[in-house]
Amino acid sequence: MAMQFYTSPEQIMRDRAEFARKNISRGRNVVVLSCADGVLLVAENVSSALHKVYELYDRIGFAAVGKYNEFENLRTALVRMADLRGLSYDRRDVNAASLAKAAAQSLGAIFSEQTKPFEVEICVAGVGATPEADELYRLTFDGSINDEPGYLAMGGAAEQLVEVLEEGHDSEAPLAEAFALALRALSSDGGNGTRRELSTDVLEVAVLERARPGRSFRRIEGLALDALMPATEAPAEAEETAAETESPESDES
Amino acid sequence: MTGQGFPGKMPHAYMTAGTSSFSEFLANAAPELLPGRRPLPPGDFAEVSAHATTIVALKTADGVVMAGDRRATMGNYISSRDIEKVFPADGYSLVGIAGTAGLGIELIKLYQVELEHYEKIEGAPLSLNGKANRLATMLRGNLGIALQGLAVVPLFAGFDLDAASAAEAGKIYSFDVVGGIYAERDFDSIGSGSIFAKSSLKKRYRRGLSTDEAVGFAVEALYDAADDDSATGGPDPTRDLYPVVMTATAEGSKRVDEATVADIARAVIAARTENPYG
Repeated sequence: MAMQFYTSPEQIMRDRAEFARKNISRGRNVVVLSCADGVLLVAENVSSALHKVYELYDRIGFAAVGKYNEFENLRTALVRMADLRGLSYDRRDVNAASLAKAAAQSLGAIFSEQTKPFEVEICVAGVGATPEADELYRLTFDGSINDEPGYLAMGGAAEQLVEVLEEGHDSEAPLAEAFALALRALSSDGGNGTRRELSTDVLEVAVLERARPGRSFRRIEGLALDALMPATEAPAEAEETAAETESPESDES
Repeated sequence: MTGQGFPGKMPHAYMTAGTSSFSEFLANAAPELLPGRRPLPPGDFAEVSAHATTIVALKTADGVVMAGDRRATMGNYISSRDIEKVFPADGYSLVGIAGTAGLGIELIKLYQVELEHYEKIEGAPLSLNGKANRLATMLRGNLGIALQGLAVVPLFAGFDLDAASAAEAGKIYSFDVVGGIYAERDFDSIGSGSIFAKSSLKKRYRRGLSTDEAVGFAVEALYDAADDDSATGGPDPTRDLYPVVMTATAEGSKRVDEATVADIARAVIAARTENPYG
């Protein structure tokens, strides 16, 4: 019989957390932010079929980073929960907070119970009548739930991205401006403060439209995304060259 | 909420992979919400609940038009003058019901969630045929209660986004209580006034109708049904109640503005005042 060594619960939890954190940090980033027109969800995603940003209910969206099969599992559960609740009560009785809490409890249970925690970080976002009423919840692999007012970033370089968002975020800004900021944040993780170019084929963009009645989730893709891109990239670059006085030539092309 | 492991984890039914159907999920998670799963004592219950009556649907050059009268009856008693029996099933399709009103409306609510659920889980909507077949499957679950007098018969019509041209995109499917599904060529009607509505459409319908013409014919067919069937309500100018008319075209499923329908219905009444036989 194999010898059983004592491992302290602290050690077990620390190992699991480290395992999850390490794998999540390899993932590409996702940014969610509220603006005047609604809640904007932007992910860097090379696949056009395996989405990272999804609709949960009329005014609730979902974004995730990490292991696809694991967050897909959670997303499906949340869609089922939302639809069941909407059918048995009323569509207005489905809210972002209760879905986020259910997902957090599941993540927490899986973290404590299973040998391997879910390697995911998810966001449940609800659009309100005003930007102040928007709800953005960030859920981590251990079941922690954070209410992040205004904006959040997830993925490997989340901390860097949040800095960019913090600087530029304005919840009264129109959609195009919010998208420019999201793009600036997502492209800021090139390492050593350099920027990467992100093209439309690696971007997944969706918005929960504040003014739209009923199902407010809309994907922005194809021509609509192209239209959003060039119009916003130019002012973003102009702003950046003005700000970056120490390296005036590096980002010209 | 049973069948879970560690406290806090969602039940297995929620986390199961492999199905995009909401009603299949309900069968595991909350079977009491499926109308066909409720046990009934033996007997015939046709008279305990309100009955929804006539629905008509026509193909047009741009898609389909569906209309329903506003009456529900219990025996010879009018239980509702303003019931709505035609609904958008999703962005490009319509569904109307005849038969037991309460169960029918519940079935439609469930069906709307079913289509939306599939679309959200899969990231793409079902094909129009797929939607119709799904409705037939849901009806089959109700066969037991249908045979006890609580039958629900829907009529489904929609705009097929995969069709070669807009002229071929309008499709109508009718059903029977056992879940049989039948694609209709030009138009169809269900409910107690359907014989009269169909006779009316038969004399007026031609292929390639514009949506506006079809809306007019639908309202007139319901007038004819109400003329001869006591369970179908005619246009009611005294209470300002007119049929519910919806269209499904390339622009999506929409309800025809109530004021427009009121104008058409008043014109029909005026014409029939001149010539009662249309």
